[in-house]
Amino acid sequence: MSVDPAGAVADAHRREWASVLAATVRVTRDLDLAEECVQEAYAQALVAWGDGVPARPGAWLTTAARRRALDLHRRAAVAERALPLLVVDEAAPEPLGAPPDDLLALLFTCCHPALTPEARVALTLRLLGGLSTPEIARGFLVTEPTMAARLTRAKKKIAAAGVPFRVPGVDEMPRRLGGVLSVVHLVLTTGHTAPTGATLVRDDLLDRAHDLARLLRSRFPDDPAVAGLLALVLLTDARRGTRTGPDGELVLLADQDRSRWDAAMIAEGRSLVLEALPARPVSRYAVLAAIAAVHADAREADDTDWVEIVGLYDVLAARWPSPVVALNRAVALGFADGPDAGLAALDALADEPRLAGYGYLAAARGELLRRAGRSDEARVALGEAAMLTANDVERDLLARRLEALT
Amino acid sequence: MGQYLILLYEDEASWAAVGEHEAGEILAAHGRFAAAHGDVLRGGGWLHPTATATTVRGPGGGGSQDRDGFAAGEDALVTDGPFVETKEALGGFYLVEVPDLDTALALAREVPAPFGGVEVRPLRDM
Repeated sequence: MSVDPAGAVADAHRREWASVLAATVRVTRDLDLAEECVQEAYAQALVAWGDGVPARPGAWLTTAARRRALDLHRRAAVAERALPLLVVDEAAPEPLGAPPDDLLALLFTCCHPALTPEARVALTLRLLGGLSTPEIARGFLVTEPTMAARLTRAKKKIAAAGVPFRVPGVDEMPRRLGGVLSVVHLVLTTGHTAPTGATLVRDDLLDRAHDLARLLRSRFPDDPAVAGLLALVLLTDARRGTRTGPDGELVLLADQDRSRWDAAMIAEGRSLVLEALPARPVSRYAVLAAIAAVHADAREADDTDWVEIVGLYDVLAARWPSPVVALNRAVALGFADGPDAGLAALDALADEPRLAGYGYLAAARGELLRRAGRSDEARVALGEAAMLTANDVERDLLARRLEALT
Repeated sequence: MGQYLILLYEDEASWAAVGEHEAGEILAAHGRFAAAHGDVLRGGGWLHPTATATTVRGPGGGGSQDRDGFAAGEDALVTDGPFVETKEALGGFYLVEVPDLDTALALAREVPAPFGGVEVRPLRDM
């Protein structure tokens, strides 16, 4: 039987990286050492799997990584370590004697509130997503050395400050779960529209958001915020293939080929929204997912129930007010009640300091002005928006809109 | 197990303005905190206000100890006041010994600090 070890290893990297690493951390009690051992296990697999891919690749990799870790321990290379070992619960107080959930423990360690939000996202993508430092740096507008330093600092703090490798207890869980969800949400939004670079979508980030949301759903099947977040991931991701054209150019929601939206993802997302939305207090992710579901329900862009969308933005604005929510609400209002209503709502945001330099404000204004037949003003606004975006694909779209204005 | 220093940073002006009754209540809350966690508490203290502080800095830092004992010497600059002037100043501390940061943070949330907050710092193993 001829096998392709490289393909099988790449596949296992994608599927098993996080579980293998999490199981290895329990042995090494050191994040860097665990990463090193897991990387070596994958390198070994490239050779060893030439004779046949094991039935359970994850188990094979975990065994190899743990064996490597024990070797290193024996060589006492770790005896001179500068940092204390991770605090690992030896006998986790799990109900019914269930085995400790290493994968979830790793996620909660990466998303610990004692780390900066930037570090939480970076560590999660690195340790659970298996992304390289340059890949993560590219997603977050920082240089590679800056991102490397951020990861190193975070790992040092985890060890020195004694951030435990553990799933939080029931009393702490509500607070801690919220922090994890916001990390996954940030991975989703960053992947959906990359803040910089030549492509609109970062497939690797979207895939990771998908995996993490699924992992959380499997562990917290009754949590409405988790259901809402998975719904948001699915309803956003269902449109992935239609958001750019053949040459990578941006296709706006209104112009996307809706027949190519992923029907299975939309169906699952919609049923999760129905499950999550009635819970009180309502979850922000459930409301965001509900907005995406209203878009998904419209067979043509013109069929969109904009009144419903304005209502959902009202809920967001009341509970989680932010300039970006106000901006999106104004855009929805521009469809529900006409461009003049949208422009009036945008005018209220003109002096908002947090939107200064935010390209979407100018872009939304330009679009509403165009629809109101005020071409000259629209040209100025769209030109401003083109200057403010760092994403090439977005800039191209704005340029095309400008040309069409004459 | 690790040791953590819980540093209390509070607004001194607010402290100065409280009446005897309120101050008594805050102190009683500290007493209850200490009584409830005596098993992990390794030390603690309440500082006089920063107006009583004296800062020593100079070539030897806070006093170079390479000669016999304390020898900040003539080069050290001694000034009246705290090392750094801040609105919320270090006013007290607890030293605790607990398994991990989560346990230390749970304790920190219980520390009475009505006019500011607390900082949790891990101690190095010596």
